Amino acid sequence: MSTEARKPPLQIALKIRRLLGGKAGWNGVAVQFAFAAVLGWIAYEIISNARANLENQHIATGFGFLANNAGFDVNQTLISYTGSDTFLRVFVVGLLNTLVVSVVGIVFSTLIGFIVALCRLSPNWLLSRVGEIYVEIIRNLPLLFQILFWYLAVLAALPNPRQSISFLGIAFISNRGLVIPQPIGQAGLEPFLAALGLGIAAALALRIYARRALFQRGQMIRIWPYVLGLVIGLPLVTMVVSGLPFTVELPQLKGFNFAGGARIIPEFVALTLALSTYTAAFIAEIVRAGILSVHAGQMEAGASLGLSRGATLRLIVVPQAMRVIVPPLTNQYLNLTKNSSLAVAIGYPDLFSVWAGTSLSQTGQAIEIITTTMGVYLLISLITSAVMSVYSWRLSRSLGA
Amino acid sequence: MTDITASSYVREDLVTERPAPVKTTGFIGLLRTRLLNSPTNILLTIVGALLLWFTIIPSVRFLIVDAVWSGQDRTACLAENAGFTVGACWPYIQAKLPQLIYGFYPEAERWRVNLALIVAAVLLLPLLIPRLPAKGLNAGLFFFAFPVVAFFLLRGGGIQGFGVSWTAGLLELFDDSIISAGQVLLSLSKTSAIAPLLWVVGNLVVLVGTAIHWLIFPLTWLRDQLQGMGQSVWVDFAITTAFVSLIVFVLGGGMRSGGRALASSIATFVAMAIVIKLMGLDHGGLPIVATNLWGGLLVTLVVSVTGIVTSLPIGIALALGRRASIPLIRIFSIAFIEFWRGVPLVTVLFFATYMLPLFLPGNFTVDGLVRALIGIALFTGAYQAENVRGGLAAIPRGQNEAAAALGLSWWKTTSLIVLPQALRHVIPNLVNSFISLFKDTSLVSIVALFDLLGSLRASFSDPKWSTPSTAFTGFAFAGIIYFIFCFGMSRYSLFVERRLNVHRRN
Repeated sequence: MSTEARKPPLQIALKIRRLLGGKAGWNGVAVQFAFAAVLGWIAYEIISNARANLENQHIATGFGFLANNAGFDVNQTLISYTGSDTFLRVFVVGLLNTLVVSVVGIVFSTLIGFIVALCRLSPNWLLSRVGEIYVEIIRNLPLLFQILFWYLAVLAALPNPRQSISFLGIAFISNRGLVIPQPIGQAGLEPFLAALGLGIAAALALRIYARRALFQRGQMIRIWPYVLGLVIGLPLVTMVVSGLPFTVELPQLKGFNFAGGARIIPEFVALTLALSTYTAAFIAEIVRAGILSVHAGQMEAGASLGLSRGATLRLIVVPQAMRVIVPPLTNQYLNLTKNSSLAVAIGYPDLFSVWAGTSLSQTGQAIEIITTTMGVYLLISLITSAVMSVYSWRLSRSLGA
Repeated sequence: MTDITASSYVREDLVTERPAPVKTTGFIGLLRTRLLNSPTNILLTIVGALLLWFTIIPSVRFLIVDAVWSGQDRTACLAENAGFTVGACWPYIQAKLPQLIYGFYPEAERWRVNLALIVAAVLLLPLLIPRLPAKGLNAGLFFFAFPVVAFFLLRGGGIQGFGVSWTAGLLELFDDSIISAGQVLLSLSKTSAIAPLLWVVGNLVVLVGTAIHWLIFPLTWLRDQLQGMGQSVWVDFAITTAFVSLIVFVLGGGMRSGGRALASSIATFVAMAIVIKLMGLDHGGLPIVATNLWGGLLVTLVVSVTGIVTSLPIGIALALGRRASIPLIRIFSIAFIEFWRGVPLVTVLFFATYMLPLFLPGNFTVDGLVRALIGIALFTGAYQAENVRGGLAAIPRGQNEAAAALGLSWWKTTSLIVLPQALRHVIPNLVNSFISLFKDTSLVSIVALFDLLGSLRASFSDPKWSTPSTAFTGFAFAGIIYFIFCFGMSRYSLFVERRLNVHRRN
């Protein structure tokens, strides 16, 4: 007498039908065939038309042009580049410029965004109104408008280098851009960097060890003196042994322009200003929503456990708020990176501007160039979303545990 | 007796008044509780006040106090002529106003733009006020009738035929493409390694194409007959009306439903006939104004309204596709959505401007504005798809199951039960997308279309008005326009959100 449930019969045909046609069954398969036929027809039309058009207009195809001389100059390069370099190098120069403006923009927008969010959450009525006005004005004006405003109105209205506005005598801003002090590497740079890296790595290892001790054995280990010693002491020792790691060269006004220091082109200044203030308004709203999403009872519960206000914030409120903040924050960082392509409007040599702008007009190979440009941005956003899905997977795992 | 009176306590005078509690309302209360209640807060108040002082005072001075209000050219706005530090140069805006609103639209034809804007406002306002009735008719007019009317009003031109000619032309194009594809396959079969297969497939495709050719022959024959007549548009119109009304009558339930479908179909066609007659579309219509003459606020509004109207159907289709269980359609929708969401709008506009013409047949040129519109519609459609998908996900399964229990088909379940609820859920998100679309229209100035921002930038280079404050004045003006539109939309979305969430309030 067996009481086990009878196994369902193996219905291969049913499974195949489900796999191929979804819930709609064989009808679904028919729909797919029709859909594939339409897609195939469109693809055929596109390819045959493109081939005919390219032949008629005598446009070369393929990526052979990458090895040709570009023959134009770029006014901001992180790697050495001259007009006689290849198109491939132009591409790399543009990509690096995009990355640099994105990273700088992300840093500043996060800073401004958190400050504005704190303003908006402040119990002070006036300050929270100021934060609100900032967010409303910035969010309701187009980004391109703001970029052009900074570039065509504000930066163009600045005085020439001789009358430039000085910040404490070390940085100068004029209509020719921003001049800042430039660090120049000395003999002690390499040991200094090595010691710094070593110190940070050791401090991280120490922290992991301390947390493990806390969670597994309930043992509190005071690590901050050691961390301080590792991160600051170790590099100091190398400085004593092998000399200063770098010296700072201050810009000096000589004649009509500045000598020394690093010159940042006005396009970069305008783009960074616009991108970071614009994205900051969105980040401020995200941060504010995240902090408000933590229930007020959490703060009170922390206080009733005897935690100090700082410890409650650090251990209870911020971790919960971060769960809400991080996904949309990453989205904003991604938006900032994509929006940096608006550089083409003011001529900052980012990837889009030098590649889909200048290189496209030089070679005329629209298909190859626009596809690669789209591909780069698509790759960046796909990588980001992959990282984010790993993050949310880990988060849901830790919440489920 | 007297004893009792003496012993009981009777209060003879009033208790002294306690002082009033500290006032926590009104301006004094605000000062006391939220501005000056602690040393830190006093400091923060001072910081805030300083920030406002250094932004608002100069802005007001620039815009109003120090502004120059009248003049003929740049000399009026120079400090040495005005006698003070000049703020905004408003005569410059007065001189450039037509360019900022209409672009280079011919002066004699500008009434058409004004008329289109007035019609849009008249149709849009009742749509936005929830209390007013006939939302269905109103939405139909705004989303379907208005774009067509506005097209003929703004661009001008007439129509050569109607339903029969267009369908015939479209089907003929499709058929030609199929036959030519078959012939390409046949010609390939002479050299290829898999020649027999190609030969079979090629012949099959040609066969299908020929079959379609004979199938649509009555239609093309009718079209050719119509072209020979004098009044081709009206005859074509009458045939189309009869044909479409018949189909609607049969599909709408015949006489059982009392012929309501038939009546509304005929009413629609009569309305179309009136519009055609009024605008004279049957004999050439209004003079054509090429889109490269359009500019300013006109282009901004055209691009954003077209984007709004076209992106929603694309978004709904993609969202449904992404939730479909049919593998190929789901994969295609996901890939399509993620692709457009992963690239910046500028690259999309460049794609539409430089790559799209290469993909179309050589004799087929697409207008620059239309190209940008296609790019924007695809781009915004992908974003709307994600919004709509959020709404679809919020509909409980039970709704689908109840519809299935009633025996409704997938189409009826979706269009009558799921979509109406889903779209209601996401109206605020849709409006937010429209705001970002409105802001993004400024990007068309990068592909050489002169929208509000593009016209503004072009007007800066006019030497007649080059003064130190010209750029600031222009940006102030354009900024106010953009701000009014975007801020208005965001307030409206908050209003709708609050209205939809009435039942959730506490």
